[in-house]
Amino acid sequence: MSEKLQSDFDKIVKTSKFSNEVIQFKKNFLDDFIKKGFPNRKQEDWKFLDISQIIKKNIGDLSFFNDYSQSNKVDPSIFVDGLEHNKIIFINGRIEKIDFNFEDQNKIEITDQTKKDISFNYENSLIDLNGAFTDKVFKILIKKNYSLKKPLIIYHSTNDKINSTNINLRLDFELGENSCLKLIDYFTNNIAKNFINIFYNFNLEKDSILKNYKIDKFRNDDLKYSFNNIEQDSNSVSETFILSAGSDYLKNEINCNLKGEYSSAFINGVFSLKENQQHEIRTTINHLVENTKSYQLIKGVLGKNSKSAYQGRIYVNSKAQKTDGYQLSKAILLDETSEFNAKPELEIYADDVKCSHGSASGSLDENSIFYLMSRGLNYQQSKELLINGFLLDVVEKITDPEIKKLIKNIIGLKE
Amino acid sequence: MDTREKDIEKLKDYKYGFTTDIENIKAPKGLNEDVIKFISNIKKEPQWMLDFRLKAYERLKLLKEPNWQKPKYPKIDYQDLYYYSAPKSMKDKPKSLDELDPKLLETYKKLGIPLQEQARLNGIAVDAVFDSVSVATTFKGELTKHGIIFCSMSEAIQKHPDLVKKYLGTVIPVTDHFFATLNSAVFTDGSFVYIPEGVKCPMELSTYFRINASETGQFERTLIIADKGSYVSYLEGCTAPMRDENQLHAANVELIALDDAEIKYSTVQNWYPGDENGKGGIYNFVTKRGLCKGNNSKISWTQVETGSAITWKYPSCILKGDNSIGEFYSIAITNNYQKADTGTKMIHLGKNTKSKIISKGISAGFSDMTYRGLVDINSKAKNSNNYTQCDSLLMGNKCGAHTVPYIKNKNFDSNIAHEATTSKISEEQLHYCQQRGLNPEEAVGLIVNGFCKEVLQQLPMEFAVEAQKLVGISLEGSVG
Repeated sequence: MSEKLQSDFDKIVKTSKFSNEVIQFKKNFLDDFIKKGFPNRKQEDWKFLDISQIIKKNIGDLSFFNDYSQSNKVDPSIFVDGLEHNKIIFINGRIEKIDFNFEDQNKIEITDQTKKDISFNYENSLIDLNGAFTDKVFKILIKKNYSLKKPLIIYHSTNDKINSTNINLRLDFELGENSCLKLIDYFTNNIAKNFINIFYNFNLEKDSILKNYKIDKFRNDDLKYSFNNIEQDSNSVSETFILSAGSDYLKNEINCNLKGEYSSAFINGVFSLKENQQHEIRTTINHLVENTKSYQLIKGVLGKNSKSAYQGRIYVNSKAQKTDGYQLSKAILLDETSEFNAKPELEIYADDVKCSHGSASGSLDENSIFYLMSRGLNYQQSKELLINGFLLDVVEKITDPEIKKLIKNIIGLKE
Repeated sequence: MDTREKDIEKLKDYKYGFTTDIENIKAPKGLNEDVIKFISNIKKEPQWMLDFRLKAYERLKLLKEPNWQKPKYPKIDYQDLYYYSAPKSMKDKPKSLDELDPKLLETYKKLGIPLQEQARLNGIAVDAVFDSVSVATTFKGELTKHGIIFCSMSEAIQKHPDLVKKYLGTVIPVTDHFFATLNSAVFTDGSFVYIPEGVKCPMELSTYFRINASETGQFERTLIIADKGSYVSYLEGCTAPMRDENQLHAANVELIALDDAEIKYSTVQNWYPGDENGKGGIYNFVTKRGLCKGNNSKISWTQVETGSAITWKYPSCILKGDNSIGEFYSIAITNNYQKADTGTKMIHLGKNTKSKIISKGISAGFSDMTYRGLVDINSKAKNSNNYTQCDSLLMGNKCGAHTVPYIKNKNFDSNIAHEATTSKISEEQLHYCQQRGLNPEEAVGLIVNGFCKEVLQQLPMEFAVEAQKLVGISLEGSVG
């Protein structure tokens, strides 16, 4: 594989207009990735779903070449209706459009970050892969005291130009003091089979608010990995909602460092899996100072042959007294062949804390189905009603009413 | 001084920290085929037993020491250990207690385990293991009447080779992980229990382990077989002298429950934990595994872990028979620089199997405690159930408490529920108790005992009282 990586890398260098400095910078990432290779089940974080096996099985040989010099046509039919929004459009990993039409242009600054090193320690080789093959990296800065009027939707799409390719993309966000960003990641319906590797880096300054909604609803054959690194200063809030339903494989990973007092992180996730899908959510919340809070709720409904995993980790530093940490994961297994794995982990070094986790999995409650059927619903309807109610619980946690409505529409949940 | 204070006074230092000055026979230092042959030879073992050991040794050469655990320890030099140490007077096994070396008898008296039967009124049969050999087994006559076999492992190999051959290594195969395989190669003694069909064992069976010699590792092996419809309750206690060095204790315990049988296995582990600076102490790396082989069988583990510098063990249940039940109750207490990584594995293979895990961890001082557990419900284990509860209590902000459960549900008919909390003793609770006249230490003792109650209840009566005291004593000096 290393030869393929090397030759595809050289091809990108040839077709792109990267400076020598950038090329050298990317080359270091490439060398690191070649050394480490794709993660596999021997690593604790990849124990449940082994990405290297999944790529081998679903795609076979990956191509890493991506022609960043050619622009792609934007198809407006993918846009979300019924909600005014700003747009960033990625097609085949290339940014085709950045559009903040609804906002005050002076309050948003976009800078090239391609040469900036990753500021935290990591072992994950997919970040090296991302560093080596991604196109230009932009940083979006929301200035002090500015709240975006409309949400920002990032469209992730591919066209028929590429197949069996690894697509890497990266964005950095900086939220200035007392600013607010609502960000929706929207994955559109794709025909091709690619491995998409997304890396976001968020830096939340004092009193800022980030709301990130990841919507992967439409059935597609892609394999996706998404990594969010969130650094939080005092009194900042991050809210992440994950709808994990469309792709063949999807792993959402969230690493959140609560570095300022009174900062808080909320993560809510829904797995809704059908045949042969394999999804995972892995979270790490690091409580580093006093009076921080985190809350996680993950629910899953698993169909035939599907498999999902939740690995949640709460780390409490010895300085982080008065931490409040909570994790809950629940799953309904609909078929004999579905499988749910959980590893809710607590690592605690401070004594004055309130940390707890819970995990439950099982089948649909026959008594409840009987109750509904005795009131005139048929079996299928009762089942759906129960499942919807089970999942609605998570969707209700979304704090933005407009986006909540949009997501309910997308899922097809009615109030 | 009331009795509690006296207890504490006595135990300011580790009560069992004395050594017995006794002549020993030791195997040559180091681990190689000759040492294994030496052990096998001195125990006059048949050829098949030696083959078993050598097979394990071959396998051991290929294995690497695991290192995924939380408590790290300096590398153990396996060539710098004595693998066999026995009191010289035990060379020709004494036929009765009267012939036993008086020094040994005195040691056990000091430990509070009288080996003379008349001295023991409450009827617990004891098998005492000193370093590498079993020195005495009490109440043999009474047990034989019921057809129960309770003797040392070496004796069982001589007298009941069929049973040993049939079951040894069936739950923990020689090809298991590093420490289990090491044990298979060099195990010296341990207890063997066989309860015949339909017999309810009339008394508690108990083993008392004592490490005395220095630079030795203790590798004992226990095998308990409960035949159809039988019941046995088994207790295990352990102590060691205070030494600056770390000593390795790598035991294997295998339990087999056939149809409708029940085994209850309780441990009160009080190995020397090292001094308050974390120097010395026992490395307790034990493999304990029970197999519910028959339908409707039940295995229940109860453990109170207060000793050892490092405790690293996961008493497990393999629920193979339909309707079988596995239970795990644990209290683990770490203080000073002690470390523990303990928990259980419940592997559901049969239909309608049930398991229950109650784990209570308390850490104080500079200690570190990890609960690590696995609940795995296989796709064939229809209608199975698991309930897990693990609570941790922290005292001070220099210690750590961690929970790492692995939950795998591959069966849609089965339910798994897991709960865990971590907290400290609340000011309100302390205030309430103090207001009613308890001093802070008593108040903490009361609250901790309440916290542990669910587990303490599972212990046999006499042990429960012991354990309750031990819980209080282990946390001495961690409050305030």
